[in-house]
Amino acid sequence: MSDTQASDSKIEDDKLVERVRNSDMSAFDRLVKKYEARIYNHCLKILRDKEDAEDALQETFLQVFRALGSFRGDSAFSTWLFKIATNCSLMKIRKRKNVNLVSIDRPIEIDGSPLQREIVDWSKNPSLIYGNTEIKKILDEIIARLPEDKRVVLILKDMEGFSNVEIAKTLGMKLAAVKSRLHRARLMAREGLNERFKNTVENSEGRAEDGL
Amino acid sequence: MDCKEIFERLGDYIDHELDPDMCDEIEKHIEDCEPCVAFINTLRKTVELFRGVGDTILDDPIPDGVSDNLKRFLADNISKTDEEGTDGK
Repeated sequence: MSDTQASDSKIEDDKLVERVRNSDMSAFDRLVKKYEARIYNHCLKILRDKEDAEDALQETFLQVFRALGSFRGDSAFSTWLFKIATNCSLMKIRKRKNVNLVSIDRPIEIDGSPLQREIVDWSKNPSLIYGNTEIKKILDEIIARLPEDKRVVLILKDMEGFSNVEIAKTLGMKLAAVKSRLHRARLMAREGLNERFKNTVENSEGRAEDGL
Repeated sequence: MDCKEIFERLGDYIDHELDPDMCDEIEKHIEDCEPCVAFINTLRKTVELFRGVGDTILDDPIPDGVSDNLKRFLADNISKTDEEGTDGK
């Protein structure tokens, strides 16, 4: 989304929020229609389960409606909405943990540590070899294999464009802890992509041996 | 600064949140360290790919049933009292 589009979208949201506050339910319906797909996909990325994502979606918009009176507009409506959706998703995860449900996805291990002897530079390859749909599928698999705590920060920072400060507020964490978790999440994601792309570098081209 | 110290600072480095002196040190180191260059390039590419998905690839459409259920859920759970209460008065 361009800056102009984002700005127009924010102005539109502010007007709709104001109308909802004046008991105009059609304005709330428009906000729901505008954001339901993004919020559903956001919850699905975090939760990896369609039923849970649907529950989180419903809970998000109910909470949004009930809390609109206290929304002060310090942040954009969309940022506030994503915070609520993130927290509703995290609540579902906490409930899952209470019933001892564990993910069957194989977690990504970080073995791309600085002590690894061979690092393959595949950075120019993915966009040349794969189309958008395939890349999206690959990234989706990578996200699914991240531990939940890392997954959430990566989604918020690199996919939804939250600042580290906003993530810290949303998750109730210290800024340093957010940065550290984000770094681990990116390293894990890089490792997952490395497994996938390292063989796309032909022969010894792009290989950097020794040193690390 | 060695590879290990650089590794710990890469997050701030690729987000341009590292102070200039530290950046200079990293850049000086990577002039002669191919593995670090490869690692930084691939880490940066990882972040770029995720950002690209967020920016340029549209979300999947919401399934019809999910959208209908949401509409019904909100209609059932938002009472008249709620509607009157959204102005925060």
